[in-house]
Amino acid sequence: MRKLEKGSNAARKKLRMDICKNKELYFLLVLPLLYLLIFKYYPMYGAQIAFRKYSVAKGFWGSPWVGLANFRKFVNSVQFSSVVSNTLILSFYSLIAGFPIPVLLALMLQYCRSMRFKKVVQMVTYAPHFISVVVLCGMIMQFVSPRYGFIALLLKWITGETVDLMAKPAAFRHIYVWSGVWQGMGWGSIIYLSALSAVDPQLHEAAEIDGAVLIQRIWHIDIPCILPTVTIMLVLSCGSIMSVGYEKVLLLQNDINLSTSQVISTYVYKIGIAGDMPNYSYSTAIDLFTAVINLILLTTVNAIAKRMGQSSLF
Amino acid sequence: MNKGIHKKLCTADKITYLVFDLILTILFVIVAYPLILIISSSVSSSSAVVTGRVKLLPVEPTLLGYQTVFRTKSVWTGYLNSFYYAVLGTSINLVMTCLAAYPLSRKDLRGRNLIMGLFTFTMFFSGGLIPGFLLVSDLGMMNTVWAMVLPGAISVYNMILARTYFQSSIPVELLEASQIDGCNNTRFILKVVIPLSKPILAVLCLYYAVGHWNSYLNALLYLNDARRYPLQIVLRDILMLTQVDFSESLDTEFLLKQQEIATLMKYSLIIVASLPVLIAYPFVQKYFVKGVMIGSLKG
Repeated sequence: MRKLEKGSNAARKKLRMDICKNKELYFLLVLPLLYLLIFKYYPMYGAQIAFRKYSVAKGFWGSPWVGLANFRKFVNSVQFSSVVSNTLILSFYSLIAGFPIPVLLALMLQYCRSMRFKKVVQMVTYAPHFISVVVLCGMIMQFVSPRYGFIALLLKWITGETVDLMAKPAAFRHIYVWSGVWQGMGWGSIIYLSALSAVDPQLHEAAEIDGAVLIQRIWHIDIPCILPTVTIMLVLSCGSIMSVGYEKVLLLQNDINLSTSQVISTYVYKIGIAGDMPNYSYSTAIDLFTAVINLILLTTVNAIAKRMGQSSLF
Repeated sequence: MNKGIHKKLCTADKITYLVFDLILTILFVIVAYPLILIISSSVSSSSAVVTGRVKLLPVEPTLLGYQTVFRTKSVWTGYLNSFYYAVLGTSINLVMTCLAAYPLSRKDLRGRNLIMGLFTFTMFFSGGLIPGFLLVSDLGMMNTVWAMVLPGAISVYNMILARTYFQSSIPVELLEASQIDGCNNTRFILKVVIPLSKPILAVLCLYYAVGHWNSYLNALLYLNDARRYPLQIVLRDILMLTQVDFSESLDTEFLLKQQEIATLMKYSLIIVASLPVLIAYPFVQKYFVKGVMIGSLKG
């Protein structure tokens, strides 16, 4: 008993010494932690207005508690099914279209025989990543303009009729997803290229001596080697299935394509900020609802990845 | 022996390489064509642009679009504001990120995992739009420059990037040696860590600067004074919202011409707005890539 106490005393002493030795480091952390507390954790605490009927005059504490009423209102609302399905369709479409292409691009770049061509392709495909979302949407608007946009003219040449893609709800998803692929594929491939560069060349040499052709080597050596990276990227994407960012959607949205373009985040924005009568509590409830689902999805997919023996996030 | 194998490609491999090159070329064209088209259109004549005659190269070259852009006052103020926000914001970002990243990179820091956990959690969960909005307004930062630079002072992703770099590129032996020589943490940071960390500082600086330059959401939420609008909001107003009203047209031809020029101006504006990034891009591309490479190391 006494020994144990002595032990814990020593441990406490060591802890105090360790902290004392690095007190400057803790001092450095003060500002970042303060930032975290104010700008990240305080809003989480503020999210309790989802359970209240918030009014500016009464503040966080004074507003009456209404429990799950706001959540029930959302789930039972007319908008619920369309907003949620729009979000899910857009997410899955983006994931399915956007996820494999960077991996394939990285593989093809890895086996590009001309260094100069590889450099040029990289240079050009990375560039759209730095275009701002406003500019991207401005470009889209120009390109699909029925009078002079090259995409509209191309469609006219193929189908023979003039179409205004921005006025077609069915086209919104394709525009959103493929412009995203256009912008992100080059940048997305970098991480796989770096994973590919870590593949042991001896494996390839051995396989070559055994007579494996390129496709076989890619399939049996490269793919398994980059699978951990692929898994992590996939887990991360699954963690944001419920949240389609509103920056781009908001810009491409118009009254005509609202039936496919109203996603959860833009709905939150519309109710909470852009509307004539902002309903803070209701808007926060919807946000919280999606954030919780995202968190659950992330941990579930992560757990599945772990169970399957793949690398995982945590 | 090895050389012989490399020289002699079997037919299957030849075909594979050929297919790869072909697909890469197609992708290259798909990405490059819209970019070239924008550049070409921006220096073409307005009538060529609105009739869709610009296919690849400029038609009837003129700088009219650029002249119109430079005559627009809001573009200038937007440019200046964006520049101001980017410089101030990036400075705050750099300081705050390093303040967090360096201590957290030290394995001898007690409570390191706990603090790290506090940071990472915010990557996957947040209070949402409205609580953040209310906070900024409660702090009295509405319509001030602080609303543009403080809410995003640390990107946790970039912080982890910096931490990984500190961990992997500054040998522990250096710290031990300096400690034996009686150097304290502050001096170690100033004399050893910072000089050794220039590459990661460059990467962070670029990431944050581009982020500030391209962001429009904070401005949309927190600013309502047109004199403070950053370039992206000005752009949005011109690129996305401009509608020429024909209802009161007296001189249709004049209005039509005006509309043509407005369209041409959009192309020039896209170029002008992307110019800072466009100019820097070829020189700093390797730093950007380096950032992703560091990020792919699991810290």
